[in-house]
Amino acid sequence: MDLLTPDLGLLFWQVVVFLGLFLILRAFAWKPITESLNERENNIQSALDLAEKTRLEMTALKADNEKLLAQARSEREAILRGAKETADKMLADSRDKAESEGKRILEQARESMQNERQALVMQMKKEVVTLSLDIAEKVLRKELSDKGAQEKLVTDLVSQSRLN
Amino acid sequence: MIRSVFNQFLLVTALILSPLVGVQAQEHGHEGESHAQHEGEAPADKGKFNVGDMIMHHIKDDHGWEFAHGVTLPLPVILYSGDRGLEVFSSSRLAHGEVYNGYKNEHGKIHRVDEAGNADHEAKFYNFSITKNVASLMLSAVIMLLVFSAVSRGYAKNKGKAPSGIQSFLEPIILFVRDEIAKPSIGPNYTKFLPYLLTLFFFILINNLLGLLPGAANLTGNIAVTLVLAVITFVIVTFSGNKHYWLHIFKPTGVPIALLPIMVPVEIVGVFMKPLSLMIRLFANITAGHIIILSLLGLIFMANHMGGMMTSVAISPVVLFFTLFLNLIELLVAFLQAFIFTLLTAMYIGSAVEDHHEADHGIGYEGTTSELG
Repeated sequence: MDLLTPDLGLLFWQVVVFLGLFLILRAFAWKPITESLNERENNIQSALDLAEKTRLEMTALKADNEKLLAQARSEREAILRGAKETADKMLADSRDKAESEGKRILEQARESMQNERQALVMQMKKEVVTLSLDIAEKVLRKELSDKGAQEKLVTDLVSQSRLN
Repeated sequence: MIRSVFNQFLLVTALILSPLVGVQAQEHGHEGESHAQHEGEAPADKGKFNVGDMIMHHIKDDHGWEFAHGVTLPLPVILYSGDRGLEVFSSSRLAHGEVYNGYKNEHGKIHRVDEAGNADHEAKFYNFSITKNVASLMLSAVIMLLVFSAVSRGYAKNKGKAPSGIQSFLEPIILFVRDEIAKPSIGPNYTKFLPYLLTLFFFILINNLLGLLPGAANLTGNIAVTLVLAVITFVIVTFSGNKHYWLHIFKPTGVPIALLPIMVPVEIVGVFMKPLSLMIRLFANITAGHIIILSLLGLIFMANHMGGMMTSVAISPVVLFFTLFLNLIELLVAFLQAFIFTLLTAMYIGSAVEDHHEADHGIGYEGTTSELG
């Protein structure tokens, strides 16, 4: 049965050695070891966190870039569209202007032609009057070169005219 | 004479066959010693091989460390008595039943002798000798200090770098104790108890493994050692117990008043049963392992004694195979028992420091196993 009876000497040494071992290891082994382990774990965790953060930032940056690109693209389109519109408008404007100018010039030309014609007609009328007076003078002069013709004429004229 | 030569032959064969089967050295040594003792006591028993004695000799403590027959390291004997004060001398003085300074070593126990030369079992004195177990204990402490100071230096040296050498070998085990034993069993306040759990785990593990070596002491299979470990656990649990822990014992919630006279004594018994079970579990497991291996090897010598040389030669391979197998199991047990002792200690501490103790309706202290999940 002395297998089951604890020996005093061994009890004593076990208490001394085990507690000594515990105190020494706690101070010089477990403390630095667990601290280093915790520190390393924290480092790893923070590195992982940083990587995750960077990844998110990269994603955000990429999204930003894409947004920027899309914006630039739409801006370019807007600019192009604007330019085209302006060009179209300018074209239309100048066409309108040219048209109206042409119309105006035509009008003017027509008007001056009208005036010209009128002046011409007036001139011609004057010419015709002068010419016909000249003719009439000549004819009269020829007709009235003798006395008889003169008298006849006067008589005709007088007969024609009613004395009222 | 022939038998003795044959025993030598067996010893050499066994040692060549398996480095793991280490206990022959002691066994053989003991056989020699038992011859010597029997010669002194009863010459008629000469040559009779007693397996029981051999086994008990191996698993029990001894003055002097016998590695093999005739190869004994003498250890200091330290005695203290009221009348004679402190006495220190070498254990070799008491070898072979010699009387020195009025003391005699009988079956590993030192007794005073009276004038007639007979052991006086009544004389009171205290024996603080560095026995085989104490020497082994100190050796294991030195090993642990060397190993863990190396590990600790590794952490200082490899700061911010990957672990290397022995550091990377032991780091997973340290992390295992921390993450699989301490954290889940104790909870968020585990850091305070981690140094004790680590010391406990590695102390038991290293001594279990040392105990498997040839000629080594059976330290963790000694009840004094497991008693001290269990008492330290008990003290820690008792002194770190919080309000909930004591309330659970003396005023369990959800238990009818009429049952309290039964439940409270049961809980109080439970408080003491926990360390008691720890003590007996480790002691019994390690001792039983040693006894089985020694019994198996004893079969060879039994066969030699009863059936002659040829019988023992015939059964040796079979016995050695089984011994090898059991040694491997013992390796597993060495880890397992270190794990179980530490885990249960952590769970007992956990149940004592738990903030919110749920009513387990008197199921008892094992209710904390649910935390393992």
